[in-house]
Amino acid sequence: MTAPITVLGAGHAAVTLARELRKLDAETPLRIITADDGAYYYKPDLSKALAAGKDADGLIKQSPDQLREQLNAEVLTQTPVTRIAPDEHAVYAGDTRYDYSRLVLALGAEAIRPPFPGDAAARVHTANHRSDYAKFRAALQPGARVLIVGAGLIGCEFANDLAAAGYAVTVADIAGWPLPRLLPEVQGRALQAGLEQIGVQWKLENGVQSLNLSGDAIRAEFGDGSGAEFDTVLSAVGLRPHTALARDAGLECALGIVVDAHLQTSAPDIYAIGDCAQIGGRLLPYILPIAHAARALAPTLTGTATPAKLPAMPVIVKTPACPTLVSAPADVPGAWEVSGEAPDLEALYKDENGNPIGFALTGKATAKRAQYAAQMPPVFDPAA
Amino acid sequence: MQYKKWRCLICDYVYDEELGAPDDGIPPGTRWEDVPDSWTCPDCGASKDDFQMEEI
Repeated sequence: MTAPITVLGAGHAAVTLARELRKLDAETPLRIITADDGAYYYKPDLSKALAAGKDADGLIKQSPDQLREQLNAEVLTQTPVTRIAPDEHAVYAGDTRYDYSRLVLALGAEAIRPPFPGDAAARVHTANHRSDYAKFRAALQPGARVLIVGAGLIGCEFANDLAAAGYAVTVADIAGWPLPRLLPEVQGRALQAGLEQIGVQWKLENGVQSLNLSGDAIRAEFGDGSGAEFDTVLSAVGLRPHTALARDAGLECALGIVVDAHLQTSAPDIYAIGDCAQIGGRLLPYILPIAHAARALAPTLTGTATPAKLPAMPVIVKTPACPTLVSAPADVPGAWEVSGEAPDLEALYKDENGNPIGFALTGKATAKRAQYAAQMPPVFDPAA
Repeated sequence: MQYKKWRCLICDYVYDEELGAPDDGIPPGTRWEDVPDSWTCPDCGASKDDFQMEEI
């Protein structure tokens, strides 16, 4: 019997790829190996769970058994792979060896945990996994004072969801405005104001200096010398791709696991997709690229080499308090051109040659998504 | 004929025939079968066959 196509990870990237694979080929043996419980959920739902009236378990869309049946796949749960052996075409979970024909790394990313000084650092939550989110929700008492560290996408989305549900939310960031890497200041201010209207308080240009226990509460000291007490702290300062397994196996890694136009790593028959992968020099830690990548990788795995072409994919920021949509420019010199009146603002990012390479829309301007998206170059074009 | 709604099985986006998807150039009133097969879910990128009709 030939070894199965094997996917490490069981998150959105893994399951989306498996679905696409099964559309092309119902029978080739497929094995999914995950370190966690294998219940499928849609990660973007984490930051809108309160608005949807759901807890962590309520977000589960498919049990492992349902995945096994729908995907005609073997799904190994609670099975942390400890080593990839490219020369043997095998992975190991401890001493147990699993052969693969082709291997797909869909390992995702982990939340960065900054080393906060103070004795309350262990009380800091993250929320990039359903299990972490469950712990956060378990710690969240009604009306709790919540400090969110990080005013990026995840921080702003959680701020909106928590504030709308009646929690007293403060967001701290060393940046001057929310989504500093994705929005020009004037739009960041519009988002800031929108969230303020539902009760979010801001500590901008302010790092968290320390977190210390104060009775049942946590006292935060900020860079400006002020301090305040909170009941729960959520760290949302960013994600780090899971690269350790790949790196240990000698696969080329930079920010993420480096893949080529066919999503192949530096090793034959090993591919990577989703938050762990780096393509064209960029990480794409968003949902939409996964669907596009999976539709290329599935035929490649079944024998029809297909390069991934990734169009510009605007990201809808889930902040109903100020609808926001961004198409992140590549990290190159350029400038924003902004028009409109707050909060309904449209911004176009042009590189030094005047080519539009990114945009951001807030308020009612989000209705112009299609018009702006059409001007954008692809995020990754194998022909380029 | 009554308009129908189709829900994305992946992310729960709802395509409402009455509203269409004007951002994607699909005018209000476009029946599901007339939505091009190349159209994908604006939220998660799923394809048309990942949608299911929603009972109302």
